[in-house]
Amino acid sequence: MNGKGVYMDNHATTPVDPRVFEAMRPFFTDVFGNAASRSHPFGWEAEKAVETARDEIAKLINAKGKDIVFTSGATESDNLAIKGVVEFYREKGNHVVTAVTEHKAVLDTCRALERKGVATVTYLPVDKYGLVDPDAVRRAITDKTVLVSIMYANNEIGTVHPIGEIGKITREKGVLFHTDAVQGVGKLPIDVEAMNIDLLSMTAHKIYGPKGVGALYVRSKAPRVRLVPNIDGGGHERGFRSGTLNVPGIVGFGKACELCRVGMADESQRVLGLRERLHEKLFSELDDIYLNGHPVHRLPGNLNVSFSYVEGESLLMGLNGSVSPIAVGQTVQPIAVSSGSACTSATLEPSYVLKALGVGDELAHTSIRFGLGRFNTEEEVDYVAERVIHEVRRLRELSPLYEMAKEGIDLKSVEWQRE
Amino acid sequence: MAYSDKVIDHYANPRNVGSFAKDEENVGTGIVGAPECGDVMKLQLKISEEGIVEDARFKTFGCGSAIASSSYVTELVKGKTIDEVMEIKNTHIVQELSLPPVKIHCSVLAEDGIKAAIADWKKKRGGAQPKPEAAKAG
Repeated sequence: MNGKGVYMDNHATTPVDPRVFEAMRPFFTDVFGNAASRSHPFGWEAEKAVETARDEIAKLINAKGKDIVFTSGATESDNLAIKGVVEFYREKGNHVVTAVTEHKAVLDTCRALERKGVATVTYLPVDKYGLVDPDAVRRAITDKTVLVSIMYANNEIGTVHPIGEIGKITREKGVLFHTDAVQGVGKLPIDVEAMNIDLLSMTAHKIYGPKGVGALYVRSKAPRVRLVPNIDGGGHERGFRSGTLNVPGIVGFGKACELCRVGMADESQRVLGLRERLHEKLFSELDDIYLNGHPVHRLPGNLNVSFSYVEGESLLMGLNGSVSPIAVGQTVQPIAVSSGSACTSATLEPSYVLKALGVGDELAHTSIRFGLGRFNTEEEVDYVAERVIHEVRRLRELSPLYEMAKEGIDLKSVEWQRE
Repeated sequence: MAYSDKVIDHYANPRNVGSFAKDEENVGTGIVGAPECGDVMKLQLKISEEGIVEDARFKTFGCGSAIASSSYVTELVKGKTIDEVMEIKNTHIVQELSLPPVKIHCSVLAEDGIKAAIADWKKKRGGAQPKPEAAKAG
């Protein structure tokens, strides 16, 4: 641990890997050309670097380089995929199938299309582990359906959806399949051919690349996917996304994908080991805590836990360095994790993802998401476990709910005085 | 989110944490909020025959601002008459702790909590009024 704290919020973003940064460095000052400049070596060199990165990114998902469209990030990729398909295929139909636990970049895009009256959307429910049932996808598809959009892995609870099965169904039905694969890419294998994926959103900053660069995989063959662009201009990226390419970002994205492809198997195993260690320590020391999400089908680095009777934001406050000298050992370091508690959001609503799983609001308010990644160590896991256990115990001593539960009162039977 | 120094202080060193026996006659208990809303406060006041708050305890399930609001209010009420306590407004708590707008509901809950505790104390006494000379005390 370096004194700056323990970063365990790798679903939010990841640090740039030093090897990625080194690869990017020359492209700010030495190789600064516009990749679209065809008339001189400055442009040619930039273009060459972009094409190398494009191939490297494609390789990670078993696609062809020319099917990769660069964007500013996954939110833009999701918007381009969904709006682009709905607009282009409006003569064929106007129905989209997605799920209630999708990222806001998908859900709010769908809602925007509904508001405009250009699409009708089916939001599929999930089971108690957060899984979408492929048969429900099949049943939801109508002759008006143009797109199914189901994420690969959920950003809050880490649940990994059976996208191979879903892809089989969409292909059979002749409907396009988009997956927001932001959290899964680089951590778990994904194959656009084997899984029949037509559109795939990804971003560099979740896989130790830079922020501000993402991609949309757009299948060009069998079937050829057509899109209406969201951004008009010089016709870059096969006309799907105009705008001068972010060359250093793209080079970094390529390097990040290469590192993931080469190291994925070992890294996932190691990160999974760290997660299991954290899980084991928390669950052996604390009573009344619950795992949110799927016990097996989940991202290796994701642990989402509800700590009954302890409100999530108050727990974050005890961990994140807001309070400096709460003595646990000698060196108290800030810990970065996140919570599904309403108090951490502007809306005062607890996590919609946990709600969709049927987790009660009272438990959703007590949830903490640990996001482990490449640079976490066993020492950090042990430190985080120790601090969390200490804080949960301290806050339970302050909690009237814990006191009531220990007195044997059924909290569900209490008539609470609501505001 | 940045917390004010006072919120941090009350969160890290909460005052008057604990419980009085609920059935004691001179104890008024207010439990406000709901677990599904993310805040529950239990505020208890020990009130003399003369209607003076002699001691206070709290336990809170909620964010740091909720913990701080209830901790602060237990300090605030000590030594006050119940009439004075009934005058306490949530805006005073907001000011003292520099709560941001999104946390104002924590101060409302703390105000509701002490008032509920006094109502409980009054109910236990079956409507008997505090001794009149007490009103001037404190």
